[in-house]
Amino acid sequence: MSAPRTVSRTPPARSGPPDAAGSPAKEPPRRPGPRRRRGAWWFTPWLYLLAPLVLLVVFTWLPVVNMFGYSFTDWDGISPTRNWVGLENYTDLFTRPQLFQVFWVSLFYLGASVVQICAALYFATVLSFNTRLRNLFKGLLFFPYLINGVAVGFVFLYFFQPGGTLDTVLGWFGAGPHLWLGDPHLVNTSLAGVSVWRFMGVNMVLFIGAIQSVPPQLYEAAALDGASRWQQFRHVIAPSIRPIISLSVILAISGSLSVFEIPFIMTGGSNNSETFVIQTIKLAFNFNKTGLASAAAMVLLAIVLVVTWFQRLLFPDERVEQS
Amino acid sequence: MTVLSGPAIERYPRPRGRSTPLRSRVAVFLKYLSLVLAGAVVLVPLAAVLLTSLRTGEEMAGGGALAAPDNWLNFHNYAVAFTDGHMLRALWNTTFILFFSVLGTVLIGSMTAYAIDRFHFRFKKSVMTAFLIASLVPGVTTQVATYQIVNNLGVMDTRWAPVLLYMGTDIVSIYIFLQFIRSVPISLDEAARIDGANSFTIYWRIVMPLLKPAVATVVIIKGVAIYNDFYIPFLYMPDDNLGTISTSLFRFKGPYGAHWEVISAGAALVIIPSLVVFLALQRFIYNGFAAGATK
Repeated sequence: MSAPRTVSRTPPARSGPPDAAGSPAKEPPRRPGPRRRRGAWWFTPWLYLLAPLVLLVVFTWLPVVNMFGYSFTDWDGISPTRNWVGLENYTDLFTRPQLFQVFWVSLFYLGASVVQICAALYFATVLSFNTRLRNLFKGLLFFPYLINGVAVGFVFLYFFQPGGTLDTVLGWFGAGPHLWLGDPHLVNTSLAGVSVWRFMGVNMVLFIGAIQSVPPQLYEAAALDGASRWQQFRHVIAPSIRPIISLSVILAISGSLSVFEIPFIMTGGSNNSETFVIQTIKLAFNFNKTGLASAAAMVLLAIVLVVTWFQRLLFPDERVEQS
Repeated sequence: MTVLSGPAIERYPRPRGRSTPLRSRVAVFLKYLSLVLAGAVVLVPLAAVLLTSLRTGEEMAGGGALAAPDNWLNFHNYAVAFTDGHMLRALWNTTFILFFSVLGTVLIGSMTAYAIDRFHFRFKKSVMTAFLIASLVPGVTTQVATYQIVNNLGVMDTRWAPVLLYMGTDIVSIYIFLQFIRSVPISLDEAARIDGANSFTIYWRIVMPLLKPAVATVVIIKGVAIYNDFYIPFLYMPDDNLGTISTSLFRFKGPYGAHWEVISAGAALVIIPSLVVFLALQRFIYNGFAAGATK
C-alpha cells in the first residue's frame, strides 16, 4: 500500500543532513505557517503520522484488499493452499436462496430505522421546546444507548419470554400472548423493535443538539407570523437540521445491513432471524468457508459504499459546512 | 459543534393565534401522553429485570414477570452472578483494554490531527483521502480478513488484540481532533517557536492542553463504545480467562439458561456502572455525542 511505503522509503533518501538550514530554503511561501526554523524538518509530520498510518493500513486497508483476494478462492481459512475459483462464490451468494435470504431480514431493520428516525425527530422537537421535566425525559430516552449490548439482549430475551413481561403488560389491556421470538413471522419485528428501543435516544440527542444551534431569530420570526407547530417544524426546524438528518439516514442504512449483536445474543440467528453479519461469521468461523464469507462481506461492503456514494451525490455539500 | 444548552428556544412565545384553547390543551395532553408512554417503554423492560434480580428461585416459579419480590434487599443473586460469573476478572480485563485503547486513541488521533493541520508536506492529500475512504468501511464487514491478520501478528487471544483493533480503526476521533485543532490559533505555535520550542514541545505543551474538550469527547465516545462492545472481544479473545464485561455476561447464557433471577442480576450489575456514570456526567455525555456525530 502506498502510504506506509512512503514513510519507510523517504527518510533514508534524504536523511543525510536533515538540519535546519536545508528546509527553509526550499519551502514555498505558502501560508505563514508554523513550519519554520528548528524542529521543522521535512519528515517531521511523518513522525506523527507513522503510528496512525501503520494501524490504518494494517487494520483497514490490508483486510479489504486481502478479503477481495480471498473472495475469489475456495480457502477454508486454515490450510496453506487455496484454489482460484473465479466468481463462483459470488454466483453462489446470489443464486442460493438460503444465503440470499439475509437481505430480506435487513428490510425489517430498515423499516425499524424509519420508525426510529421519525420518533427521534418527534421527541427532539418536543423536548427542544417548553416542556416540563424536559431533562428527565431526555435522559430517560437516551439512556438505553449507553447500556451494554449483551445486557440489552438479556433484558429483551426476558421481556419477550412466553408469559414474560410483554405478555403480562399486554394482558392488562386484554391482548393475548404471542411467541415473540419463536414465531418465524414475528421474530424479526420483535428484534427490530429492540434496536429502535436501543438507538432512538442517540438520534434524538443529535437532533436536539442540531435544533438548539438553529438561530433563535428564525423561531421568533415564525412565531410572529403565526406559524403552527407543524409549520415551524416543516419550514424552520427540518431544513435547518437537514445535514444531521441525512447523516442519520445513512448511518441507519449501513447499520441495518450490519446488524449483529442483538439477534446473535438473543436467538443465535435461529428461526429466520439470521442477519448478514451472523451468516458471514458462521460461514467463516463455524463452517470454515473463508472464501464464501469474504465474498459475502465484499457484497455488504459494496452495498454500503454505494449507498454512501449515492447519499453524497444527493446531498453533496453537507459535510463541508460542518468542517 | 458546541451544543447550546439553555433556554434560548423556550423564551419564544407559543403561537397562540389560531388554535382554540381546547385544541391546544388536547395537543399538550397528547404531548405529555407520548412522553410518558415512551418513558414507560424504556423503563418497563428494565424494571422487570431489576425486580427479577431481587427474587428468589422459589418466587420465580409462581407470579408474573412484574411481581414484586418478597424481600427488596435480597442480593443473593447478585452475589452468585458476581462470583460465579467472574465479574471481577471481567472488570479488570475491560479496564485494561479500555485504558490502553483510549490512551492510544487520544494520542494517535491528536498526533494525526496535529500533523495534518499544522504541516505542509507532500502526499498530504493522499493521507487525508486514505483516512477518509477508510471511514466508509464498516468494521464488521472486514472481520474475516482482519481475523487472519490478528492471527498472523501473534496477538490472537491476548488483551492486546482488541487494544490494537480499537486504536487502529478509529477514524471518528481523528476527525473530532481535527475539528478542534483548527480552532487553536496558529499564532500560539509561532510564539512558542520563537521562544525556541520544537514541534513536539508545541504539540505536547501548547496544543494538547487546549484540546481538553476534544479529549473529553473522544474519551466519552470511545469509552462507551468499548465498555459495550461485544463483537471484538467475542471474536478475538475466546479464552475464558480473558472475558470482558460483555463476553462474561454472554457466558451466563449456558449455565444459567433457565435461572432468570441470576441472569437478571448479571445484567443489572453490568447496567449499574453505566447508569452511575451517566448520572454523574450527563451533560458531557450529551455534548460528546453531539460533537462526535458531526465528525
